[in-house]
Amino acid sequence: MDDAHAMTAETYAASPTPVVRRALFRRRSAIPGFGVTLGVTLTILSLIVLIPLSAVAIKAAELSPQQFLAAAFSERALAAYRLSFGAAFVAAVINGVFGLLTAWTLVRYEFPGKAVINALVDLPFALPTAVAGIALATLYAPNGWIGAHLTPLGIKAAYNPIGVTIALIFIGLPFVVRTLEPVLRDLAADVEEAAASLGASRLATILRVVLPALAPAWLTGFALAFARGIGEYGSVIFIAGNMPYKSEIAPLLIIIQLEQYEYAAAASIALVMLGFSFLMLLVINAVQAWARRFH
Amino acid sequence: MTISIRSVEKQYGRYPALNKVGLEIADGELLALLGPSGSGKTTLLRVIAGLEFPEGGQVLFNDQDVTFASAAARRVGFVFQQYALFKHMTVARNVAFGLDVRKGKDKPSKAEITARVDELLKLVELDGLGGRYPSQLSGGQRQRVALSRALAVSPSVLLLDEPFGALDATVRKSLRRELRRIHDATGVTTIFVTHDQEEALELADRVAVLNAGQIEQVGTPDEVHDNPASPFVCGFVGEANRFDGVVSGGQFTAGPVVLAAPGARDGPSIAYVRPHDFLLDESGFEARIERVAPQGPLAHVEAVLADGRRIEVTVARDDAPRFAGLVKLSSRRSHVFAA
Amino acid sequence: MARARHPTQDPLWAKLIVITLVMVFLGLVLVLPLAAVFAEALRKGVDVALAAISTPDALASVQLTLITAAITVPFNAVFGLCAAWAIAKHEFPGKALLITLIDLPFSVSPVVAGLIYVLVFGMQGWFGERLVDHDIKIIFAVPGIVLATIFVTFPFIARELIPLMQEQGTSEEEAAVSMGASGLYTFWRVTAPNVRWGLLYGVLLCNARAMGEFGAVSVVSGHIRGLTNTMPLHVEILYNEYDFVAAFAVAALLCLLAVVTLVLKAALEIAQPAVRGRGH
Repeated sequence: MDDAHAMTAETYAASPTPVVRRALFRRRSAIPGFGVTLGVTLTILSLIVLIPLSAVAIKAAELSPQQFLAAAFSERALAAYRLSFGAAFVAAVINGVFGLLTAWTLVRYEFPGKAVINALVDLPFALPTAVAGIALATLYAPNGWIGAHLTPLGIKAAYNPIGVTIALIFIGLPFVVRTLEPVLRDLAADVEEAAASLGASRLATILRVVLPALAPAWLTGFALAFARGIGEYGSVIFIAGNMPYKSEIAPLLIIIQLEQYEYAAAASIALVMLGFSFLMLLVINAVQAWARRFH
Repeated sequence: MTISIRSVEKQYGRYPALNKVGLEIADGELLALLGPSGSGKTTLLRVIAGLEFPEGGQVLFNDQDVTFASAAARRVGFVFQQYALFKHMTVARNVAFGLDVRKGKDKPSKAEITARVDELLKLVELDGLGGRYPSQLSGGQRQRVALSRALAVSPSVLLLDEPFGALDATVRKSLRRELRRIHDATGVTTIFVTHDQEEALELADRVAVLNAGQIEQVGTPDEVHDNPASPFVCGFVGEANRFDGVVSGGQFTAGPVVLAAPGARDGPSIAYVRPHDFLLDESGFEARIERVAPQGPLAHVEAVLADGRRIEVTVARDDAPRFAGLVKLSSRRSHVFAA
Repeated sequence: MARARHPTQDPLWAKLIVITLVMVFLGLVLVLPLAAVFAEALRKGVDVALAAISTPDALASVQLTLITAAITVPFNAVFGLCAAWAIAKHEFPGKALLITLIDLPFSVSPVVAGLIYVLVFGMQGWFGERLVDHDIKIIFAVPGIVLATIFVTFPFIARELIPLMQEQGTSEEEAAVSMGASGLYTFWRVTAPNVRWGLLYGVLLCNARAMGEFGAVSVVSGHIRGLTNTMPLHVEILYNEYDFVAAFAVAALLCLLAVVTLVLKAALEIAQPAVRGRGH
């Protein structure tokens, strides 16, 4: 290798034409700009994302293992995780069902107002979470449009884990719909036609041919909605009621610790949540790698 | 422009795409790089173009080392497999692109560029379509635009990657002749990649057959077809019946099939016989004719030998009636390689 | 005999049930909250609502939100273009990891996003003392708000552009370069026209999130009225002070932003079907 390099370098030097002199270095790619753009990308990624994120681990490491456990897994913190994870899970399940129906409706059916529905599905992406939060809190408060009808039934939605779940349903819906939609659209009609021609009923075709094909996308959408729900703050705090051990979510606990200048304790809880974020990323990547095997 | 490729190596991951490839291309030549997919032919073309850079070896243009020179510095004209036309530019702007990007005194005047574009569109018989967008053209027309765009910069070498791959059979045939005509009119050294042996044999002055990152044989279409240097070339270029057998004393035997193999070394061997190299011969081996399918002036004959193996024979249509029932065959030519 | 349904068609009754279910669900989950915002904002009439959004504090929050978006969106656009060029137009090891890392901010809680900048730039943070010495304020000030907003919107444009540019392949760029075009010329004349709608789409989503971000900004802002309150934070303060009409009036303004975003997005999807949502 080295010999070959020395030789080519010599030939370049000996050659009088400018054509050749321009290319003294070893090229990797015919399209220019790789070094600059990758450099900028890595620098910004490090400065904005990676280095600041590492601060969480470094801050939490200031604590002894006992202190860390006490901060990250106190009774109050455990109750907060239970609420955040539980509500996010239930919300993701509900979104899994209605998200699938919504995606199915948008892809397969024609009806008046479809374009509006389609645009509306993205509302949770576009609407600031705090606005969603106060709107939901007002709707589900005991004197609100919906809350007023629930109170006689003995259901207390707002300021309760139910309220948290409702907010997370709002936040998570588009993740499921928008992950399923393209897969459902690309699902070739001929597969369903083949199933029907082999004598399968419409229901059997959907259950045995369509839904299995959607499974990876459904799981991805579910995981995205679940992960987003666990970290969600703005839409939840107004409706949650924020009572310790009862309706206090994990992100709020971080803020409470911060307000008490318990930085290391805040970082400890954040570290647990980050660990979960990484886990979900791995799961989502694994699901997508699994899905690619079918394509 | 002569091009020398000297023991060029290129790897994708751990898998070698080009393995010490050497090739000399003469000035004004029309050369085909022929091989199956994954043989390294497109990689070799892209290394010549300066779109990929090898890990070892050299590429020389007129004895000048350009191994790591940019595509632009080499002044190559490259026609991409899917044409890579700029969708948002008109045909004329596409063709003018290579002249538009020049700077300073190298840049021709507007009028010169317009004249050159007109001239090129005339050359590829697209005059009058300069104002269209690529999406408004047929596949064959897009191919011609790609060709004229590559020619606009007066390239020292014209490189085409599967130039007819995306076209249907009739357009393909006429564009093949077109390319030959344009090559003859411009005299530019031209290299094209194809997996279609018929295309390579019909169009090229010389054919380089690639397999698994190596060049198996370089020669005129006749040489490659009639005197294949390796079993691979024999099997890939043209049709051939393959027999696995043994050579002993200048004779190849595989079941009932006996072929002359003068000079071949004794031992297990593979013999190839082209379908049109079989003839009726009372002293030959026995074959039962199963089917005769006329095709134009020829007829394709399917026959079964005594041990059940099937062979394909091509004969002149006029001779076809003689192929019926049990016949005796021998071969006028065969290619025997040690196994 | 009745004509048989096409095998990919559902029976009419099933269709009606599914569509009704979906309509009721979306109505409850999406439409009602949106309606509630406007109803609450206008409860005491248009004049009161307008007065609420023209107080000095409200106007200051609008201004800060606009400034934040005006810095965040171009920053992330430049980043997204750089990342997409490096990732989509070149081959290098570790590419999949890099894409995952760029996506990382999406899976981080906004509160954690705010926290990390407090840990780095806050009074007790890594650079806290040095920043105080030089009288530079990042946390509880505009730079912190901008940083936190950049973090939470970081992947929006990049993840829109990367798959789009990957789909388009490299041969147009190679064609341009082989004819002597420089890297920048190739980008402006060949690549940019192919990705401009995707870029616009990413910008639209990035902008909506940048203007609406609450959790991350809430941690780093310090809630100083008239100085470090963005519109969502202003909504929170008014709401917690039981000034509901004012809170919902500012919220309605943000709703309008969301509606405009959705309309533009839908228009873009209809005009340029190639740039569809790629999931967020």
